[in-house]
Amino acid sequence: MQNELHTTAPGEIAKPNTKWIWKVFWILLIVTICEVTLAYVWPSSMPLMLLNVIFITLTILKAFYIVSEFMHLGHEVKGLIWTILLPLVFLIWLVVALIAEGEWWGYCRQFFF
Amino acid sequence: MSAHAATTNVKNVWSGGIEPYKASYGKLMMWFFLLSDAFSFSGLLITYGALRFSNTYWPDPDQVFASFPGFGHMHLPLMFVSLMTFILIMSSVTMVLAVEAGSRMDRAAVEKWMLWTILGGIAFLSCQAWEWTHLIHDNTTIFGNLWGPLAVDGSRTPGPVNFGQLFFFITGFHGTHVLSGVVINIIIYMNVVTGTYDRRGHYEMVEKVGLYWHFVDLVWVFVFTFFYLI
Repeated sequence: MQNELHTTAPGEIAKPNTKWIWKVFWILLIVTICEVTLAYVWPSSMPLMLLNVIFITLTILKAFYIVSEFMHLGHEVKGLIWTILLPLVFLIWLVVALIAEGEWWGYCRQFFF
Repeated sequence: MSAHAATTNVKNVWSGGIEPYKASYGKLMMWFFLLSDAFSFSGLLITYGALRFSNTYWPDPDQVFASFPGFGHMHLPLMFVSLMTFILIMSSVTMVLAVEAGSRMDRAAVEKWMLWTILGGIAFLSCQAWEWTHLIHDNTTIFGNLWGPLAVDGSRTPGPVNFGQLFFFITGFHGTHVLSGVVINIIIYMNVVTGTYDRRGHYEMVEKVGLYWHFVDLVWVFVFTFFYLI
């Protein structure tokens, strides 16, 4: 959408095309406001784990818009998109391994020290 | 037969002379740098997760981050850090506007939006300086803090030392990225003003620092969630 061809005479500056930028801005702002509001109004009777899952989902949504639109990765060649995204798969294992490890450290702290 | 045709085609694409990813060398290298930097930040944030899980008690961010400059001891959880998040998102927007203006060779607009981006970065760093000062005055350091569970008489008790260590290290590492981003943005801004990119015929350098600046914003989105919300 931002790659529309402008028909301009030489030396003339094309008209700005900024609608998509402000659209992404409003998405990021509204999602952030939703997160802060949820932190305020979440009832203590509801499980905190659910709130954390919502927070992480919304964070990944914001990350998607920043990387895809602002960093323009969504409009690059498929090969470049995969070159950047695929290595991040390693992080899934790092999360699983270190969180499990953290729980073991906690167990040790409680019962051995 | 068709497989053979496909191989020669691939060979032609990768044998030099053209850009298979339709991106310049500099832009690709910026992406690879950002990928490696993403691993640095992931390592830090996941370590934060592991150490947080290993502590039986962890301070409530709504209690720790509840001050706003000029509002004294009023309890305003998350308000100041939300302002910081807004400033950084806004400076990301002005950066895209600068890149967009650069693609149209509109030097005056690039200058204007780069300047707003630099101001946004400085505003963010100033906010972080205030937040750090406030926390340190309130006895939250890398050596300890008073965010433990409240005692029976309501007095504050020592909380996990890991809390301050992880907070200052990770927000500090991010702040250093913001600082270097501001410095790089200033250098590029000066190049724009002196007409370097008009002579070069394209504003791709603005695009490249733009990638770095958005990455800094991206990392903050995660820091905001894991330190302040969860």
